[in-house]
Amino acid sequence: MEKARKRQFGIIATIVLAAVIVLGLLWATATAKKNTAHQDTLARVEKLGRIVWGVKADTKLFGLMNTKTGVPEGFDVDIAKALTVQISKQTGVPLSAQFVPVSASSKMQLIKNTNIDGSVSTMTITPEREKIIDFTKPYFDAGQSILVKKDSGIQSVKDMNDAKYTIIVVVGTTAATEIAKFAPKAKVLAVQDYATGMQALKSGQGQAMSTDNAILYGFATENPAYHIAGGTFTHGPYGIAFDNHQGPMVRQANQALATIKKNGVYNQLIKKWFSDVPGLDWHSLEAK
Amino acid sequence: MALLQDNFPTFLQGFGYTLLSSLIALVGSMILGTGFAIMQIMPQKWVRKLGNIYVQIFRNIPLLVITFFFFLVVSKYVKMSGFTSGTIALMLYTSAFIAETVRAGILSIEGGQMEGARANGLTFGQAMQHIILPQAFRVALPSLGNQFINLVKNSSILAFVGGLDLMYQGNMIAANTFETFGTYMIVGVMYLIITLPLSYYIQHLERKLKQA
Repeated sequence: MEKARKRQFGIIATIVLAAVIVLGLLWATATAKKNTAHQDTLARVEKLGRIVWGVKADTKLFGLMNTKTGVPEGFDVDIAKALTVQISKQTGVPLSAQFVPVSASSKMQLIKNTNIDGSVSTMTITPEREKIIDFTKPYFDAGQSILVKKDSGIQSVKDMNDAKYTIIVVVGTTAATEIAKFAPKAKVLAVQDYATGMQALKSGQGQAMSTDNAILYGFATENPAYHIAGGTFTHGPYGIAFDNHQGPMVRQANQALATIKKNGVYNQLIKKWFSDVPGLDWHSLEAK
Repeated sequence: MALLQDNFPTFLQGFGYTLLSSLIALVGSMILGTGFAIMQIMPQKWVRKLGNIYVQIFRNIPLLVITFFFFLVVSKYVKMSGFTSGTIALMLYTSAFIAETVRAGILSIEGGQMEGARANGLTFGQAMQHIILPQAFRVALPSLGNQFINLVKNSSILAFVGGLDLMYQGNMIAANTFETFGTYMIVGVMYLIITLPLSYYIQHLERKLKQA
């Protein structure tokens, strides 16, 4: 009797647990589907009165967390602020800008999950990404380079096409996939963020770090023993990213971008962030 | 499924490195952990103290901090890859927990057994090896099993230092295919392929030892 009751309890408990798990999974997939289904970003932004921007927090010059204030600062952050003001003017809806730190590998998913509305985070426009998200017109011109120790003797990425070299990249960046084309024999070490990458380069885990020149300039200013070798070997301008099929939002952002390029706000920001970078002709970055 | 097919070699490589790192760390942390457990019950006070300091340090620092210490600081002086630094950190970290588990096992064996063994002419080492430790491991087995499973899961810190393990490859695949959900599902299942048999084996061992 006692045994039968125990068995009965066991069976019921198993059924209940299994049901909870199955229902939970169903609910999760349904929610995930609903989130990825079409949601108009512009309508959401106007309704909530704020734009949540994904920005970098570990990239000097573009988006670097100010550890005193806890707010990210940089060119990307200022562009996002200027665009918010401009979009607010265009739509007649008062908008505030909020910032969420994103990493190279997380930003796509955060846009897809609508955790952020848009992303101004040193993001190169690529055909693969364009299949999944929408980009605005380019807002910054960049290309891939390598950062090496000044006394390393490495002149360009071609010198690194050898199994004895390790090149450090960040997971989820275009540089991580591109480097295999330019130095196929070199080993690649992928780390989670640029700060770790720079530390790894300093402690000799690799001989070079590769990513966009604009980002590397930030590290070169902070670490005088390192410099950019051989200029850029790819061309990949940055775009502002929104979820897929967000025509109205992208149009607003493009219009705002064109306006700040025309009225001088853009050039002021270029001057503010890039005029002190040694070895960089910052005038070439200005909007004509 | 197409995701798994397209990236199968990459997943497999990650699986292999996770398994390899776990095995090395498991064997190493068992040896180290038992050593430090014995140190902590030695008659000499300073040996006990030394063992205790080791355990407290590695038990109370996050694994990621230990890993980055080896990857970024130690590697300035001694060259080591991400895989090596991650595995060493994993080994040291787990050994502190194993030391505590084994020590508890040893303490659960009544003191009279040691006295009896010594009275019969065994040295401290012999008594440990033949009388105390076999019983201690039997008592400690369930919690040792927990430590082993934790160790396999903790090996995912290799991903942060380019250790080529399952999590690292998963990150790379997710970044390249943008299929985050599917990729991490596969990664999760692959961890289960390691940990589930491990936990069943330990349960089996427990039953067997109970009968003996």
